[in-house]
Amino acid sequence: MSYRNNLDSALGVHADALQLRARRAELLGANIANADTPGYLAKDLDFAAALRTAQGSGALERRHAAHLAGGRGEAGSPHYRVPTQAAADGNTVDPQIEKGAFTENAVAYQVELEFLGARIRGLLSAIRGE
Amino acid sequence: MSLDRLFGIAGSGLAAQSVRLNTTASNLANADNVAASEDQLYRAREPVFAAALADHWSDSGGGVEVLGVVERDGPVRREYQPGHPLADAEGYVLRSDVDPVEELANMISASRSYETNVEVLDTAKQLLLRTLRLGQ
Repeated sequence: MSYRNNLDSALGVHADALQLRARRAELLGANIANADTPGYLAKDLDFAAALRTAQGSGALERRHAAHLAGGRGEAGSPHYRVPTQAAADGNTVDPQIEKGAFTENAVAYQVELEFLGARIRGLLSAIRGE
Repeated sequence: MSLDRLFGIAGSGLAAQSVRLNTTASNLANADNVAASEDQLYRAREPVFAAALADHWSDSGGGVEVLGVVERDGPVRREYQPGHPLADAEGYVLRSDVDPVEELANMISASRSYETNVEVLDTAKQLLLRTLRLGQ
C-alpha cells in the first residue's frame, strides 16, 4: 500500500468527481463557444456513467517493474446531445440548455471542492494531532 | 487540468463573435453605398465559423475559429437615378445588397453570444480561484 493509495482512499470519490466536473465544464464551454457554428453537434458527458467508469476500472495492478503503469481508463466518453429544436444549419446547440447545464456543473464543482476541502482539513488536523 | 483550457475555448468564442460584430458594423456602415460597376460595389460580408479541433483529446471540446470572411454573391439591386454622378449610360446605379434588418438581428445574436462567453470565462475564473484555495 503506497502513500498515494492511502491518499486516494482518504479523498474518496471527490477527487475523481472534481476532475470529471472540470472535463464536463470544458465540453459545455465548447458547446457555448460554438453556439453559432454551422454543423456543430453539441456534446455532453453522462456524469454518473463517467464517474462509475472512473471508479470501477481503477488503475492497472503492476506485478512487475517492467509493466506499464496504465491509466484510469477513458472516463466515459462524451455523447452527442439530442437536439430539441433542429436548426437549419445543422447546429444542435441550444444556448439555454447549455447555460443551464454549465451553471449546474459549476455549482456541483464547488460542492466537490467543499467536500475535498473538508477531507483535507480533516487529514491536516489528524496530522497535527489537534 | 481542463478548467484552464476553458479560458482558451471561451476566448476563441469571444474573438469569433467580435469578428462577427465587426462585419455587421461594416455592413451597416456601408448599407447605402452605391457604385458604378459591380466589382466596385460593397457586398454584404459575413464570417464563416468552424469548430476548432481539440489539440490533444479528440473527444473533448475545442473552441471556435473564423475560417474567413466571405462576401455574399447574389443579384445586386439596380436603381434608376439618372441624375446620380455614378449612374451608367441607362441611368442606373448599383446599390449594395446589405439588409439592415438582417444585420441588426445578426448584431443582437452576436452580442448575446458574446455575453454568454464572458459569463463562461467569469465562472471558470471563479472555479479556478476556489480550487487554488482548496484545503485552506
